[in-house]
Amino acid sequence: MAVQRRSPAESVAMTGNEAVADAMRQINPDVVAAYPITPATEIVQIFSAYAADGRVDTEMVLAESEHSAMSATIGASAAGARAMTATSSQGLLLMHEMLYVASGARQPIVMPVVNRAVSAPLNIHCDHSDTMGSRDAGWIQIYSENAQEAYDNLIQAIRIAEHPNVQLPCMVMMDGFIISHGMENLFTLPDETVKEFIGERKPLYPLLDVDNPVTFGPVDFTDFYFEHKRQQFEAMLEAKKAILEVAAEFEKISGHRYGLFETYQLDDAEMAIVVMSSAAGTSRYVIDRLRRQGLKVGMLKPRVFRPFPAEELAEALKDIPVVAVMDRSDSFSGQGGPLFAEIRAALYEYDKRPIMVNYIYGLGGRDVRVESIESVYRDLDIIRRTGVVGPRVRHLDVRE
Amino acid sequence: MVAPLKVLSNRSDRLTSGHRACPGCGFPIVLKMVLLATEDPVVVANATGCAEVCTSIFPYTAWDVPWIHSAFENAGATIAGVEAAYQSLKRQGKIDPDRTIRFVAFGGDGGTYDIGLQALSGAMERGHNILYVCYDNGAYMNTGIQRSSATPPGAHTTTSPVGKQSTGKREKRKDLTAIMAAHDIPYVAQASIHNHRDLMRKAEKGLHVDGPAFLNVLSPCPLGWGTNTAMGVEYSRLAVETCFWPLFEVENGEWKLSYKPRKKLPVTEFLKDQVRFRHLFRDESLIEEIQADVDRRWQQLLERCGESAE
Ligand SMILES: Cc1ncc(C[n+]2csc(CCOP(=O)(O)OP(=O)(O)O)c2C)c(N)n1
Repeated sequence: MAVQRRSPAESVAMTGNEAVADAMRQINPDVVAAYPITPATEIVQIFSAYAADGRVDTEMVLAESEHSAMSATIGASAAGARAMTATSSQGLLLMHEMLYVASGARQPIVMPVVNRAVSAPLNIHCDHSDTMGSRDAGWIQIYSENAQEAYDNLIQAIRIAEHPNVQLPCMVMMDGFIISHGMENLFTLPDETVKEFIGERKPLYPLLDVDNPVTFGPVDFTDFYFEHKRQQFEAMLEAKKAILEVAAEFEKISGHRYGLFETYQLDDAEMAIVVMSSAAGTSRYVIDRLRRQGLKVGMLKPRVFRPFPAEELAEALKDIPVVAVMDRSDSFSGQGGPLFAEIRAALYEYDKRPIMVNYIYGLGGRDVRVESIESVYRDLDIIRRTGVVGPRVRHLDVRE
Repeated sequence: MVAPLKVLSNRSDRLTSGHRACPGCGFPIVLKMVLLATEDPVVVANATGCAEVCTSIFPYTAWDVPWIHSAFENAGATIAGVEAAYQSLKRQGKIDPDRTIRFVAFGGDGGTYDIGLQALSGAMERGHNILYVCYDNGAYMNTGIQRSSATPPGAHTTTSPVGKQSTGKREKRKDLTAIMAAHDIPYVAQASIHNHRDLMRKAEKGLHVDGPAFLNVLSPCPLGWGTNTAMGVEYSRLAVETCFWPLFEVENGEWKLSYKPRKKLPVTEFLKDQVRFRHLFRDESLIEEIQADVDRRWQQLLERCGESAE
């Protein structure tokens, strides 16, 4: 995110959860169906207070599980409503079956997800295992570095999901506790500006149009299922365009510039890390430090993971000699995390490509310190100078 | 008041012919009768199961009303979401506020007694303005006759098969209708297709009551029960006459018997000629056990309804 200078006096101090709840208040969805789970509980808690005070027109469905929360959200969306929910970790996992139904039924549901580790063992702190586990569920996935981005992304997500060429659900992530509970200064938009920006939802075949009955979620066998999946593939390609289109419009109202990913000191970098979400902030700080010491280091921060911007990422990384991809989850393939696998695959087409290593980091909320990131760059420097790669998949800051 | 047959016969079916249910199947009758009980527009949600699979094979549909299927265990939650959208959009004036729409969910016994119980319970507890109808055919029929918690004791199913050391399902039936009544919702009832006036009266009540309603309807399955396809209605009648499937309703907490057989028939009248129960007739004590269970439950129901056995 590139920010136009605004007077700090215009900023407000909010936690990530507060920022997201505030964005939801401005979105004013017709229906919110949800179930509590740390660290996302607060979003719905704060939002419930807005509903209780009549500050939103939302019908609340306080479901008895996340599975039902997502089911009710799907029902509401199919009925023609703008419907939202929010969750994290085990809650997202319990929704898993319904995530595919939401995307397969092409319902533009928007859901903030607060990233948290998954059981077992039980852990409430941040990593990305929850949403990486649903990366193939047909949802658009947008990751936010901080509360400002979470706020901005959530508002944009409504437009992206409901874009006529897209009609897909979208989840917007922020890191559990680090961002969800961390207080930061951010800029919100006036209510009217948000309202105008998102407009009214224009549902395609709402169930509540009782004079034109439609059959939703039929049995779809060998003769048509594949065609419907092919359409979903197409919609994801369209989503990439829509994300950029919506970002350009959002820049006009906010001064905040978004793309598929963000780069920092990458142009002349000899060593780079690819890292998502809150750890990008720490990385920027480390880059500034190391640059002062003469090391040409840079960073690429993916924002959009689904659709996966393969060509764009590859173009941005192909000329960098050594790259470390940071994964805050493990796919347990034995070959590294999901981000690593996909970025490596994206670079396969290129004759000249970086030496790449993978760092699994920050699982279960393991703190990502300045020294942690610095050690990664030092490792890359050794690889760059010696050409010796060593282990392809590494675990950062872990007791062996 | 249920409209007279003459009037009903002129209402157009909301579940049209051409669906692919087996000959003699009970659920199409249940679905049709329930939906004939109101002239208001309805939106239907369906759990995965025979009813869903047989009526919605793309690019065809047997539904002449808006209909949604999303998964197996969540018809209660799905219809709750649709109803919440309706309340919200109506309140905001985004849809015609003067047009009343009714919301109905259908699920088989597996999708209702078992995997869908939580979503159903949640929807009932939250007070959505919906009618949930269970068509209870006594097993997971769509996947090939596996036992559910609604399967009667003694029944042979593919997962409670009769074998050298097995006499079919060991466990008793879960009393789902009573569980729904325990939710203290405005209307709960049990009905049968052989008594269409009673069934439609109950559907009508359930559809028009303010708040959640639950209706449990016995639904014969010739394939799963091993019965003659022409005999579904007769088996439904025998289920009621033997008090295996009593007809009653619970209105605002008040239990009321809808029908009391003049002479309660022995349960064997219902069990006989059903292939799933055939093995029971080789051992009198098994039949006695089942009869005792039916008698005990019937007695309990009479007490709840303030009725005497006579
Ligand atoms: C989560 C999940 N588990 C299992 C299934 C497989 N399944 C589909 S239909 C069905 C049986 C349905 O039985 P019931 O609800 O009694 O309805 P019927 O088929 O008898 O109409 C099962 C087990 C499924 N679709 N989803």
